[in-house]
Amino acid sequence: MNKIKCECGHVNPEGTVLCEACGKPVEENQHIDGNNENKLLNMRYDGSARRSKTYNKTIVDKIWNFFSSVKVGVWLIAVTLIASSLGTIFPQEMNNQSPLPAEQYYEENYGMAGQIYYQLGFHDLYGSWWYMILIASIGVSLVIASIDRVVPLYRSLKKQKPKRHETFMKRQRLFGQAEYASEQDYHRVIDQLKERRYKVIQENGHVLAEKGRFSRWGPYVNHIGLIIFLLGALLRFVPSMYVDANVWVREGETKMLEGTEGEYYIKNEDFIVEMYDENDERYKESIEKQGGSVPKNYQTNAVLYQRTDESLPGVDPELKQVKEGEIRVNEPLKIDGFAIYQTTYQLNEFKTMTFKLHERSDADEQSIGEFTVNLVDPKSEYTLDNGYRIELYDYYPEFEMKDGVPSSFSKYPKDPAFVFHVYPPGQEEPEVNFLAIGSNLDPSGENQYKIGITDLEMRDVTGLTIRKDYTLPFLGIGGAIFMIGVIQGMYWNHRRIWIQPKEQGFWVAGHTNKNWFGLKKDLEKALDGTSVEPPEDQQELKE
Amino acid sequence: MELSTISSNLLYASFFLYLIATFFFGGTIREKDAQQKESKAGKIGITITIIGFVAQVGYFITRWIASQHAPLSNLFEYTTFFGMMLVLAFIVIYFIYRLNVLGLFVLPIALLIIAYASMFPSEISPLIPALNTHWLYIHVSTVSLGQAILAVSFGAGLLYLIKTLDQTERTKKNAWLEFIIYTLFAVIGFIVITSGFRLGGYEVTFEVPAEGEAMEASTVDYTLLPIVGPTDGTLQTEGATGPLLEAPSWMQGEKAARKLNTMIWSLLVGLVLYVLARLILRKRVAAAIQPKLSRVKPSLVDEVSYRAVAIGFPVFTLGGLIFAMIWAQIAWNRFWGWDPKEVWALITWLFYAVFLHLRLGAGWHGEKSAWLAVIGFAIIMFNLIAVNLVLAGLHSYA
Ligand code: HEM
Repeated sequence: MNKIKCECGHVNPEGTVLCEACGKPVEENQHIDGNNENKLLNMRYDGSARRSKTYNKTIVDKIWNFFSSVKVGVWLIAVTLIASSLGTIFPQEMNNQSPLPAEQYYEENYGMAGQIYYQLGFHDLYGSWWYMILIASIGVSLVIASIDRVVPLYRSLKKQKPKRHETFMKRQRLFGQAEYASEQDYHRVIDQLKERRYKVIQENGHVLAEKGRFSRWGPYVNHIGLIIFLLGALLRFVPSMYVDANVWVREGETKMLEGTEGEYYIKNEDFIVEMYDENDERYKESIEKQGGSVPKNYQTNAVLYQRTDESLPGVDPELKQVKEGEIRVNEPLKIDGFAIYQTTYQLNEFKTMTFKLHERSDADEQSIGEFTVNLVDPKSEYTLDNGYRIELYDYYPEFEMKDGVPSSFSKYPKDPAFVFHVYPPGQEEPEVNFLAIGSNLDPSGENQYKIGITDLEMRDVTGLTIRKDYTLPFLGIGGAIFMIGVIQGMYWNHRRIWIQPKEQGFWVAGHTNKNWFGLKKDLEKALDGTSVEPPEDQQELKE
Repeated sequence: MELSTISSNLLYASFFLYLIATFFFGGTIREKDAQQKESKAGKIGITITIIGFVAQVGYFITRWIASQHAPLSNLFEYTTFFGMMLVLAFIVIYFIYRLNVLGLFVLPIALLIIAYASMFPSEISPLIPALNTHWLYIHVSTVSLGQAILAVSFGAGLLYLIKTLDQTERTKKNAWLEFIIYTLFAVIGFIVITSGFRLGGYEVTFEVPAEGEAMEASTVDYTLLPIVGPTDGTLQTEGATGPLLEAPSWMQGEKAARKLNTMIWSLLVGLVLYVLARLILRKRVAAAIQPKLSRVKPSLVDEVSYRAVAIGFPVFTLGGLIFAMIWAQIAWNRFWGWDPKEVWALITWLFYAVFLHLRLGAGWHGEKSAWLAVIGFAIIMFNLIAVNLVLAGLHSYA
């Protein structure tokens, strides 16, 4: 490495633009920060030697330089921004509720444009490989750009000396020469700077007053936060990092909590839906406008159990109650890192149906015998006291006719239908009965007996989601660090004022990384009561 | 008087106070004395603004009591609150920089936003379970405070552009600036036409054929004269004038045609108003304003615009992304779901990140930075208006 020795005696690393100690421009390196003899000095990184501006030979250098460029970083962000907006033109596949498969959905709903959208893969834009690459490149860029700058900047701010080179002073944006200033003025300024909470360092009469240096680390702190966040997001691709499962639990039922590997069980004591009172004066008008019922609350009253024995297949678990609670939208129930959410529900699912057998010809429909079918777990045969036997020959929990054949849309008893075979005592040939809600058929037309519904029990089913997410702490910490970093960088700023004694009076120069208005105000206050005019803003003059 | 009536009267009061304050800030550009701080009109202007703000806070609190939840739950409430935050942000920035003309640019934007808000149904509505949590207040209030501070940056950016663009020639930049001014006229157009028809008590109903086989035909109510009717819709109201055109069939949702109709009306009325303004002024609107800004220091305006972003960006990040994610995790059990509203919050955030990098890294000051402030605000408005009304998602209130 070719070290650069400055006339002030300080030895600077290769690539330095302004001497770390005194700020004298290193002649051969002025092009790096675009400095020009007549212009103000570029103070962005205090003229420190950045790797990206110094080496450009090997492939590593080239990659480093590419990713450390703010221009490249901005382009990456801008492209990501535009790409992200494309994904909102039509709904993303994961967010649309349609039962249609994607290849049909987009075409049917959005025609040609939809089809193109689908074919370009925009229906799953945020999961596409190129979107991931964009995000990953932003991450890489963040790391490299930050390291490239923070290290030399840190060095430079650490080595800085109060005594500055004259050129450095003259080419600051705020600069003034107060030849008429007195010794008294000089001390007054220093005192007033201290009052304004500047940290003042003096060396042979040269003064450096500095404030808020820590805000210079803001960008790097916030970038570290972003990187932690991105790494956290990356962890979601590790399957064991999070659990996402669903379970339907009927009222009164106890079910294993999916996703907990058989450790926890949940009982649905009661599921409640509450609506707003339509006559409530307060909301009456609005509820009417929204067409009636507005939901107020969805809630599952749940009991949680933990399994106490070894989990063996086929063995009924031994359960111990561990928690009781209400699960509402916005109020998940938590246990052992798992959060259980109220996601969906199904009202009035049939639980049991009770039937009676009677003679078809009997006008009073006098019961010969009754039996009750558990619709979730029906038996295949029911024997009545008086020797009648009824076989449940076919059962459709949610009945529909499909291509002329009876079938079931789902396994949930929402609209049950049955085919019963009735065996009167001593008879070998059964009578066939078809029963559904609102219909009772006798396919043969010769049945002697008939089955009728006498009673039914209904219940609600709650749909819960079980989540456990080990990536959340990373995201939380990343987010918090990011916030600290932006606030640090944005709400504070790094102000420096230099005073250089001259044969007559002194020179003043000032620099801040942002908020020049604030620095000028500080200077005004510091010079208050002295004969010194506030230094000129050399940039504004040019306007 | 009922609480809800008091509440809406307070809102009216604040609206008129802001309006009056705007005139006083306008008065400051005529004052001869150079010292900003000494300006009498400026002092009166900011005082009235603060009284107006207090009145609006009064509206907010009384409505909160009346509805038993923070009034942040529908488009009317949210947009009004946004206007209030904009005034707050202006007051804060005013006391940092004492830039009187800024009031002349920011307060009208706040007025437009509040007027725009009152075009939406304003009855007190109950909270659905998903919104019934204190995260609603935490999230929504910080987002809109953040967006409002960023909007101040737009006000300053617009001021900068009007002040500095060369108006002696016809250029692309001038055309764009006029376009921005025209969009403000279109908002006025929307307010004028909506209130006009509302005063006239206009309403017609269309019947729209069913979409799926199983569905029933539905009806759509129009409160503006239908220029564009729903696809295959039939007018039900007797004696009503029919639509000139039908909405193209690819437009989704039963309300799409009505939204398109409202949009066309707003743009047309805005155009009429704009052309009138041009005829009266006999030059570009910006060119007419420019000479009045002769005493404005561009570098200070530029700094205000940037400072607003510097202050607003962290607030927006906190409200629009961090609180949003926490709430989404609690309410929908996923902190991020690529819902359009979420994506547009991300886009806003990325955009201002670009703004800051260009400003810090590539030295984009002055005019370029002002254009960016304008675009940023356009993105915020897109998220506030278009995403709610056009792109469907979990967040669409209306
Ligand atoms: C979405 C992603 C990003 C966000 C939100 C972000 C945020 C920020 C913020 C807020 C600042 C200014 C901080 C301050 O002055 O206090 C900053 C500065 C900076 N960012 Fe980023 N950043 C992002 C991505 C990147 C990328 C990809 C690069 C890569 C080139 C980068 C490079 C820099 C640099 C070099 C600075 C310091 C600018 C200077 O002082 O000259 N950032 N970033």
